Amino acid sequence: MTRQRLTWMVIGLVVVGLLGVRGLVGQGLGRVYVERVEVSVAPGAGAASEPWRAVPAAEASRSWTTWKRVPPKAFGAALAADPEQDRVQLSWPRTIGLWLAAFFTLAIFSFLYADNVLYKLAESVVVGVSAAYWMTLGFWDTLVPKLGGAIVPDLVRTWVQPSLRDVDVQQQVSMWVAMVLGVMLLTRLAPRGGWIAAWPLAFIVGVTAGLKIVSHVESDLMAQAVATMQPVVKVVETADGGVSAWSTTWATLPGVLVLVGVICSLAYFLFSVQHRGVVGGAARVGVWYLMITFGAAFGMTVMGRIALLAARCEFLLDDWLWLIDPNNMRA
Amino acid sequence: MSGMGGQGAADGPLQRAAAWLVRLERLDRRWVFLTMGLAVLVPILWIGLTGRTFPETPTPAAQAVFDQIERLPEGSRVLFSFDYDPASAGELQPMATSLLRHCAARKLKVVCMALWPLGSNMAERTIAQVIRQDFPDRREGVDFANLGFQAGNEGVMKVTLTDLRKAFPRDARGQSTQDLPILQGVRSVRDFPLLIVVGAGYPGCKEWVQYVVTACGGSLKMVGGCTGVSAPQLYPYFPAQLSGLLGAIKGAAEYESLVNSAMGGETPPKYLEAQRRMAPQLFGHLLMVGLIVLGNLIYAAGRIRRAAA
Repeated sequence: MTRQRLTWMVIGLVVVGLLGVRGLVGQGLGRVYVERVEVSVAPGAGAASEPWRAVPAAEASRSWTTWKRVPPKAFGAALAADPEQDRVQLSWPRTIGLWLAAFFTLAIFSFLYADNVLYKLAESVVVGVSAAYWMTLGFWDTLVPKLGGAIVPDLVRTWVQPSLRDVDVQQQVSMWVAMVLGVMLLTRLAPRGGWIAAWPLAFIVGVTAGLKIVSHVESDLMAQAVATMQPVVKVVETADGGVSAWSTTWATLPGVLVLVGVICSLAYFLFSVQHRGVVGGAARVGVWYLMITFGAAFGMTVMGRIALLAARCEFLLDDWLWLIDPNNMRA
Repeated sequence: MSGMGGQGAADGPLQRAAAWLVRLERLDRRWVFLTMGLAVLVPILWIGLTGRTFPETPTPAAQAVFDQIERLPEGSRVLFSFDYDPASAGELQPMATSLLRHCAARKLKVVCMALWPLGSNMAERTIAQVIRQDFPDRREGVDFANLGFQAGNEGVMKVTLTDLRKAFPRDARGQSTQDLPILQGVRSVRDFPLLIVVGAGYPGCKEWVQYVVTACGGSLKMVGGCTGVSAPQLYPYFPAQLSGLLGAIKGAAEYESLVNSAMGGETPPKYLEAQRRMAPQLFGHLLMVGLIVLGNLIYAAGRIRRAAA
């Protein structure tokens, strides 16, 4: 047995042992409870107060059962009130889901020690589920309502989406064009005739470039230039109408920093002039500005990653292990 | 051994310190992972057991978000786009919760929408957590609504500029938006005085600024919340194009603190989520700074050793 395999075995046994101990101590761990809620809607219900979503009078009354997640303490309270009750009960599917979430979280974390089969399993599940999810979403949220809803509206309305709005001729024509372009794009997969896909690709590139150029020029070039061209000196007056030197200096400093930063950073990207003399000095200051910017961006990224790690740790300690209870769900 | 001892005796204290530091070059990186894990895990346990959080001082960008919502008269409509999914909920959910709570407390009419597929679920979850639990008198369709997800990214944004109902013909429940009372008198996004976007990436705050806010020419105010990764790209838009910005969990904690102070009374624990996550941030960042300093010391020690050799 290799040393790494032995380490994995020890880690596994320790985790299982700790879970066993945790399960036997106090309230236990990792259970999800639900409450049964009966819903019934009568024809014409809500017609007076909420007419926009009232059930048509011609339709039959309907009733169904939903299950609402409740905190574990609700189960204890319901059981104390009536030991025979089944309104609040343990939800096995949700509990299994919780344990699976904890297992996959730990499986992904295990990569920090070394690559292993549990990590590969978790990775494959993520990739598979994501691919299936996006495919299903693309079909039901784009192809069916947008393309199908325009080309064969009656079929979609009858079988899929009764509330589908009527489409005008212009929309129908544009969707036929979109479908033809989409089919042309699929020719890339064919052994011959792949050049046909160049046409829809050209269309996509052209439209995207058109949209982005206009928005970028408006919002990132013009509006940002206007926002930068502000008075550098900001005079701060005192209560008696005089000028506060300290406050004025303090208020002016950001403007000066922005002005110097913009000029020096632009100087660094001025490649048609040799970086010597004044231009070279400005470019070096520009490099410092860029480095500080990258440092700030790195710091923000670290903050984001730690926040995500903290969220997963909270999930493990709170929802799964029941070691902490910040939201008073079990007290 | 005698050779090594003799060489060590000949070295000065600087060389000996450098030799000790150079040994850390071969430190297994898994010790760093373990230390970071403990730096995050221990504060969470401590806060979870004691319930204490650190005080927050709001920055101008977070204060501006608060002020924008405070300025709106009661009954004003706001459009709230949930452009994120569970992968970034750790950073963004606390700010979405606080923003919706603030809007509900100010009696604003909130129209939720999503350009991310799971954004609609995040909106529904936030509505359930905030409005249905703590503001049960608010009526769906009248005081708040969830228009759901619409595919199309910037295309949907452009359509909302001319006809919101065309972009969202049905709400998240599948009901037509034609007769929705909350949208009476609304034709496009221009009819909202404030747009709130909590975005994790593309499409998100940046695209809303580029395609909608700039096109409205200042008539539409926008405040946003974003992940730490995308925050540096968005700060240049503040305050000219973006009236307020919550950058990552720090921005969320500042804003959460402002809303909790304004609401007064005892704050329910679910509205302290961002502030609870600031202690792991503190220790994680301290460790990171320490590691950067240590890494540079090791690098300098290596140079000293090589120069001495």
